Amino acid sequence: MSDGAKTSGLRGWIDDRFPMTKMWEEHVARYYAPKNFNFWYFFGSLALLVLVNQIVSGIWLTMNYTPDSDLAFSSVQYIMRDVQWGWLIRYMHSTGASAFFIVVYLHMFRALLYGSYKKPRELIWIFGMLIYLVLMAEAFMGYLLPWGQMSYWGAQVITSLFGAIPGIGHDLMIWIRGDYNISGVTLNRFFALHVAALPLVLVFLVVAHILALHEVGSNNPDGVDIKKNKDANGIPKDGIPFHPYYTVKDLMGAVVFMIFFAGVVFFAPTFHDLFLEAPNFQPADPLQTPAHIAPVWYFTPFYSILRSVPNKLGGVMAMGSAIFLLFLLPWIDRGKVRSHRYRGRLYKVALALLIIVFAILGYLGTIPPTATVAGVIQNKSLAQICSVLYFSYFIFLFIYTAFGLERTKPVPERVTSK
Amino acid sequence: MKQEGADKGRRRFLTGAATVVGGTGAAFVAVPFLSYWQPSARTKAAGAPIETNVSKLEPGQLITISWRGKPIWVFRRTKDELDKLPKLNGRLRDPQSKVASQQPPYAANATRSIRPEVGVLIGICTHLGCIPLYKPEVGSVDADWPGGFFCPCHGSKYDLAGRVFTGVPAPMNLEVPPYWFPSENVVTIGEHKEGSA
Amino acid sequence: MRKLAAAVLLMILPVAVLAAEGGAQLMDPHVDVTDTASLQRGAKLFTNYCMGCHSLKYMRYQRVADDLNIPDDVAQKYLIWDGAKLSDMMTSAMRASDAKQWLGRVPPDLTLVTRYRGPEWVYTYLNTFYRDDSQPTGVNNLLLPGAAMPHVLWRLQGIPEPVHAEETEGGETKVRVVGVKVPKNAGAMTQAQYHEATRDITNFLTYVGEPVRATRQRIGFWVILFLLVFFGVAFMLKREFWKDVH
Repeated sequence: MSDGAKTSGLRGWIDDRFPMTKMWEEHVARYYAPKNFNFWYFFGSLALLVLVNQIVSGIWLTMNYTPDSDLAFSSVQYIMRDVQWGWLIRYMHSTGASAFFIVVYLHMFRALLYGSYKKPRELIWIFGMLIYLVLMAEAFMGYLLPWGQMSYWGAQVITSLFGAIPGIGHDLMIWIRGDYNISGVTLNRFFALHVAALPLVLVFLVVAHILALHEVGSNNPDGVDIKKNKDANGIPKDGIPFHPYYTVKDLMGAVVFMIFFAGVVFFAPTFHDLFLEAPNFQPADPLQTPAHIAPVWYFTPFYSILRSVPNKLGGVMAMGSAIFLLFLLPWIDRGKVRSHRYRGRLYKVALALLIIVFAILGYLGTIPPTATVAGVIQNKSLAQICSVLYFSYFIFLFIYTAFGLERTKPVPERVTSK
Repeated sequence: MKQEGADKGRRRFLTGAATVVGGTGAAFVAVPFLSYWQPSARTKAAGAPIETNVSKLEPGQLITISWRGKPIWVFRRTKDELDKLPKLNGRLRDPQSKVASQQPPYAANATRSIRPEVGVLIGICTHLGCIPLYKPEVGSVDADWPGGFFCPCHGSKYDLAGRVFTGVPAPMNLEVPPYWFPSENVVTIGEHKEGSA
Repeated sequence: MRKLAAAVLLMILPVAVLAAEGGAQLMDPHVDVTDTASLQRGAKLFTNYCMGCHSLKYMRYQRVADDLNIPDDVAQKYLIWDGAKLSDMMTSAMRASDAKQWLGRVPPDLTLVTRYRGPEWVYTYLNTFYRDDSQPTGVNNLLLPGAAMPHVLWRLQGIPEPVHAEETEGGETKVRVVGVKVPKNAGAMTQAQYHEATRDITNFLTYVGEPVRATRQRIGFWVILFLLVFFGVAFMLKREFWKDVH
């Protein structure tokens, strides 16, 4: 309560000892968010929902999973067949992993659309990028656990990338694996990291991400600063309290999401080989490599960039910079206008091209490196073209904004109803 | 944004409806997570009834087999031992096996068994769960020991029908598992005969 | 924006191609795991012809009996040949060491074969054995050249003859097997009956690959229905509160 009066009853007893009502008001009931949130603003709360799904279904799976290289694969079959409802919990977890990345990619795209990474929200973006990195590590380690052919060989390939680092590379690779090749030792430590360590880090980062957001206040599709126009009570004129308006709206969004989620879980859990890959229904065989080793779809854009450089270290560096450049976006993009709605035309073209190129790279990562696309162009050539285009987005954006080449439209004072 | 003119009744109704539907959904979601803890098919298979042959069991001999991780005693009592059982009733806490939880109905009799001479008991002391020792010889535990089972952990005593003596920490008779004889020589432990109990 | 998102999504989905190694076009078995009669026939065929070498080590007999509406005593009598209990896993009696010695390799467990090869592959495999005197078993397979497996169903189908074709590659002309020709009346079954039998085996193996499939689809229908109702309520709730805004 803003006038300092305490609440009464049990709530009062708690509030005297713990900032319960204070936190509720500061972050929910009196957190004023812009009233013009659109479709792209659902994905933050959805990401939180998926995180909860992964944690709960994950803990439940851990009750019956065995992290031993001889027993892991059959323990997954045990869950799927013998444990009551085990199949559902497993499918919730595997679908949730892919759903997490779909939601997170769309959530990140919103930031690019509306300049949500710009001052004063750079730290929100940094925390978000750290979440993305940790999420990739978490997914990578989780994927080893079923101990299928793709689990084993995917881990073998990716950990061997570390071997490309000059000097320390080979020792580093062995240190990560804990053995000379991927083995039960690697499995056990990835299990510990996946189940305990990284989820803790993830939760901490998500809390930091939300706190940083609430410190500054949410952006919106017009990129207008709603705190610039407050009413007599100090409340932003274009702001509405998160509760009940966005709790109610996000509930609706969550139900829509759950319909799609249930559709996959109950009718297409493998999602045509994208969410659960066929080679992984075979137990890991260290003596036989599958025909095509490819990471799960959410890694494939970066995998394509990696493969497009003929040099191993060069590929690793290209892949690393592709991700690292995203961290630097708040400083690469020097434009003062946040939302694409009022930015120069070329910005929208460049952004659209970035997304298209990212998607193509993603697709290319799922097909064999020697394949020919649409019968006209080699996978490798197209991947190289797209990788160059991907990097040129950042170069273009810097030149476009740092040298005043961008012609922006006037940004309105108040949010629009679009 | 204003809240005056808002139909409070409609809002209360819709909030209530959403809570009820959402709560129902939450209950549905809880079911798989709770049922997941129930014994799995593998556990049930491992806990399935087990058969053993009693034709070679000598009078006075006891064998122990494992069922659901518990020690099951199958032993053959001598005629003398059987004759002595009713005489012990005065020294026992529950000589008539009135506590129903400790035996199936077909074992609520003088010998606590289907066949008088074959005893079938779960070898877990009803005090705190130790495995008692088989002491059939008279006087082998103390001066007036009639023969039975003695638990070394805290001194509980049972007769050769598994009935608990008074004055010992154990509160109840030894449990009799479900069992039946599919044939003359074979006993199946872990299930009742179809149609009985 | 929405169109862009849709285009992006469509580009991520790879095109489904029924391609195969060995050069054979895959045949379509029209799998239907709700066809209980087919699954029962498939179970019978599998346990009779295949379980001598191939195990289904993640599958319990009891589950097959329950899901396929086979009474326990019938399942015990007709599906189990090695004294196993209904609650046991469906393992083959052939020891791995013997298999290695007799066949050169251990016949793989087939519980998940339709999940990593696909039902089309399994169906085509059973239909593309052909006579090949250069092989120790006297047969070869179009889908898996050099397969160590004999044509166990030869009494039903007869032994097909290979169909050769000439191929010129880089100046060299080679003769390759491109198809099989099934002789008439060579086996106990007609071509149509053999297709049905192999389809039944494939159907059964598809069921074994994921026994819960029919159940999950059935439950899914009700879940989606419930969520649609929930959406209706949530939407009305949102719309009511958002009357305040603007």
